[in-house]
Parts: sequence; structure tokens; C-alpha cells
Amino acid sequence: MFNKQVLYKLRSLVGLVGLAIILTLLSPRFLTLANLTNVLRQTSLNAIIAVGMTFVILTGGIDLSVGSIFAFASAITAGMLIGGVNVVWAVAAGLVVGALSGAVNGLLITKGKVPAFICTLAMMTILRGATMVYTNGQPLSGLGDAFYFVGEGFIGIFPVPVIITVIVFAIGYYILSQYKIGRYIYALGGNEEAARLSGINTDFIKIMTYAISGLLAALSGIIIASRLNSAQPTAGVGSELDAIAAVVLGGTSLSGGQGGVVGTIIGALIIGVLNNGLNLLNVSPFYQLIAKGAVILLAILLDKKEN
Amino acid sequence: MKKIIVLLMVVCMAVSLFSGLTFATAKPIGIVLSTLDNPFFVTLRDGAAARAKKLGCQLIVLDSQNDSAKESSNMEDLIQQKVGAILVNPVDSDAVVNAVKAANNAKIPVLTIDRTANGGSVVTHIASDNIAGGKMAGEYIVKLLKGKGKVVEIQGTPGASAARDRGKGFDGVIAKTPGIKIVAQQEAGFDRQKGLTVMENILQAQPVINAIFCQNDEMALGAIKAIQSAKRTGIIVVGFDATDDGVKAINAGLMTGTIAQQPAMIGSMGIDNAVNVMKGKKVPAAIPVALKLIIKTK
Repeated sequence: MFNKQVLYKLRSLVGLVGLAIILTLLSPRFLTLANLTNVLRQTSLNAIIAVGMTFVILTGGIDLSVGSIFAFASAITAGMLIGGVNVVWAVAAGLVVGALSGAVNGLLITKGKVPAFICTLAMMTILRGATMVYTNGQPLSGLGDAFYFVGEGFIGIFPVPVIITVIVFAIGYYILSQYKIGRYIYALGGNEEAARLSGINTDFIKIMTYAISGLLAALSGIIIASRLNSAQPTAGVGSELDAIAAVVLGGTSLSGGQGGVVGTIIGALIIGVLNNGLNLLNVSPFYQLIAKGAVILLAILLDKKEN
Repeated sequence: MKKIIVLLMVVCMAVSLFSGLTFATAKPIGIVLSTLDNPFFVTLRDGAAARAKKLGCQLIVLDSQNDSAKESSNMEDLIQQKVGAILVNPVDSDAVVNAVKAANNAKIPVLTIDRTANGGSVVTHIASDNIAGGKMAGEYIVKLLKGKGKVVEIQGTPGASAARDRGKGFDGVIAKTPGIKIVAQQEAGFDRQKGLTVMENILQAQPVINAIFCQNDEMALGAIKAIQSAKRTGIIVVGFDATDDGVKAINAGLMTGTIAQQPAMIGSMGIDNAVNVMKGKKVPAAIPVALKLIIKTK
């Protein structure tokens, strides 16, 4: 019960609850059903990307290309919808493109021995360029009513993106805690050499994690395209940083091997609640930047102290 | 022998001086545009061409096809043709610097349009007046609200010149109108997705909102999605830029208005100022071009 990972999770949870209490005191509008639904729906986009990022970071890697995959996949799906392709195929195509982009990252990192930071940085630039070429730098708008449900629909009182996030989280949690591959991911992040020597196909595991990261970034991009009824060529710029921040705030170690998706969801909620609160309180945008940075720094400092 | 050479030189100088004088007013003006794939620059070119025709001067139009290398050879061509002035709309503010310097060395005055050059000597810069545009948006909102109501401002990237200027113009008008209160002022980085998120949050905080000014159409389109999603009605939304999606939203009755640049006017003012420079008149270092309010047409 009192192992390190539980403590990590508890700490970020305490941070989230603390933040929520402060905001409830400062703004009567914070703790309302409408606002909480709103925060959950907003957070879902980053949370989905961050779950994928958790897989990558657990192996000791990093994926900077998620923002560009987000934009590229949403553009592909939007382009197909405008071209008259049916929703299921258009969404599937976007997801496949995302997973493939991630797999290419993984191949270059494992077989090509390119450092993850550099490889995904290059992929980030290339896919942003590809998105610009594909969209001609213009938003692709008018995606049809059938597609609208993905981002704007409700099942009961729950927005569809929130339900998708819960499913993604549950699968992620299940893979990491119940599946052999989950153990391998932790083993690889803990000590790559030892993992390889004990017979784990480390290259395959790594390629897998980048493909998952690409797939989830694409899923998130498709949701936003649906919400806006439009794919933006500049969508997702900087979203890799929000995703990494969520992972780190959730207590997953950047050097790999420690952490998990529970913390990541809490981390994503901290960022979502913080953004929401700063808007509700109408804090000057200049100070908002300082506040967001300070929160991340504080979390890292606590992380270091713990270690 | 010496005398003959001197005589020849004098004749040569006289001829060159004479030719210089005769051609001084007839020298063509060159205009180098970043791209003609974009309707904005096509309209700008048409405005410039119409003005040049009216003033009776020859205009050479060159298209850089969004390629800095092509732009640099275009500038080189104009320098070789000894044009009287070059109007350039740079592909990239840094990449154009060497070409501007080459024109400087050839003593050909350079004027920039729409996008600045980050070096070399440029006589003047002609571009839209964002402050006036922000003011125009503010005045339109004040008029629609009859001087009374609660207003939200969604700003662009903090510190960006367009965000600063548009905000300055808008805030100035609101500050002078005691009946109108800005209830929220938040940034959304000129981005549609952020416009959606920020507006969702503001809608939670503010039960009454009469109008929103967004510093570009992208954020306005995001804000409109948030308003629709929250099932709020009767909120005036004014954007900026008159993008295709923005104008579509206006015609569909979703957006109230937007502020448009006037590329034709930028083009014609470019020609006016190039002619003035060639005549040796002094021109201001920056020439702001007025903007225009776009609302639904019947």
C-alpha cells in the first residue's frame, strides 16, 4: 500500500484537490456541474495524448511529434470527409496514419539509433510541413453532421470525448498493469540492458510505445476536428509540452521505469483545472504564463526531492 | 589625341546625363510579390496595376511563388533592368535582406508592403493599420449595443504586434464608453481550438455576455462553437481578418462582423509612394492603410 508509486499518485491527487479547493473559494462558478463537465471535456484532448506519452516516457523515451501527428491526422480525416468518404473509414484512416507515424519514429529510434529527442523533433517538423502541404495552409472546414458526434455528442450527461478518454485510460491501465507487455515496458525503462539480456525484444516494445503514442495523438486530433467542424493546419502546436507536463505532474519519471497512467490523468486534470481557473478568474495572460510554468517547476522540484 | 579622348568623354557624359534626365520620369516600377496563389496578393497586384495605369507609369510584376531564392532572382532582374523603385512583399523578412542590400547598392529605392524586411535600407513600409482596425471593431460593437453592455475580448498571442495593435485600438474605444464593461480579457493565441476552450471557460464565469471581440477570425470561430455548445444566444461576435471561413460564418448568420484588410488599397498606395520617392519627395517611414468592416450582405 505504501510503496513509492502510491505515494506519487497520492501527491498529485493532493495537488489536484488543493487546486480545486482554492478555485472553489475564489470563484463561485468553478464547482458547478456545467463547469466540471466543461473541464473534463477540455482535458480529454490532452489526457488522451498524455496516456500515449506515458507509454513512451516509461521506456525512457520522449515523443515531441505528437502535436504534429495530432494536426496531420485531423487533416487527413477532414480531407477524406470532405471528399465524401464515410465517417468510419475517414476516422480509421486518421488513426492508421497516426500509428504509422509513431511506428516510423520507433523504427528510426531503435533500428536507426537516432536519439528519441532528435528523431521526434525532426518528425514534428516534417509532419507539420506535410500538414501544410496537404491543407495548403488553409483550414479544412465543413465536415458533415455524422462526424459531429465524435467531439460534440453526449451519452447521458457525459460528453463523448470524456467517455473516449475513460476507455483509453482503462485500456492503458490494463495493458500496463495486467499484461506482460506492460511489465516489459517498466523493465525496459528501468534498465534497458538488463531487459534485453533477459530476453525481452526491446526494439519491438519501443516501436510499439511510439505507435501507441502516435495513435492516441491522432485520436485526439480527430476529436478536435469534430468539435470545431474543421481541421486546422496549425492545430496542436505546443501540445507535446502539455502532454509531457501532464505525465511529469502525474509523477512518471522522465528517466523511465516509474509511474503510470493514473498519475498522468491526474496531471492532465491539474493542467485543465488550472487553465480553466485562470480563465474563470480572468487573470492577465501575461501572469498566466508565469503561473503555468511555476506549477510545473514546483512539481519537478518535489519529484527531485522525493528521489 | 588627348583632346579627342576628353571630347569623347564629355560627349559620353552628356549623353548619359541627358538619357538619365529623359528617363527619370519614365523609369518603370517593379513589384515583387511573395505569391500570386493567394487571392489577397492577386487583389493587391490588381490595385497596384490600376493605379500605375492611371498615373501613366510602367509596372513590372514578378511572382516569387513563396520561394526566397526565386524572390532574390526577381529582385536581381529588376536591378538589372534599372527600375526606378522596387516594391517588395517579402516571402521571409530575413531572407529578403541581401536582395534589399543589392538594390541599395544599385541606388534603387526599396519599399516593403504587408511584410517588413529585417535589414537593408527600406524607404517606407506600407501595411494595414491594425490599431484603426481594432478601433473600428470597438466602435461597431458600441453602436450595436447602443453604448451599454458586457463585452469579452479574446486576444492573440501575448506580445505579438497584431495582438498589441488590435487590442490597443479596441480597448481605447471601450475605455471611452462608460456604459460598456470588459468582463473578461483572455488570450487564445490566434488559434481556433484555444478560442473554443477559452470561450467555454469564460461562458462558465460570465452569465451575461452581450458581445465578444476576437482579435482574429480563427478565435472567433472557436468562440462561436463554444457559444453554440453552451446553447447561449444573442451574443454579438466580431472577428478580424475576413478569412474565407469567417466570411462564410457571417453569411450564415453565426458571426456578426469582421474587419478586413484592403489589399487593393495597399497596392495602390504602394504605387503612389513609389512615384513620390522617384520624384525625390519625402515619405513617412511607415504608411498605415485603412481597414474595412465586413457584415452580412442581403
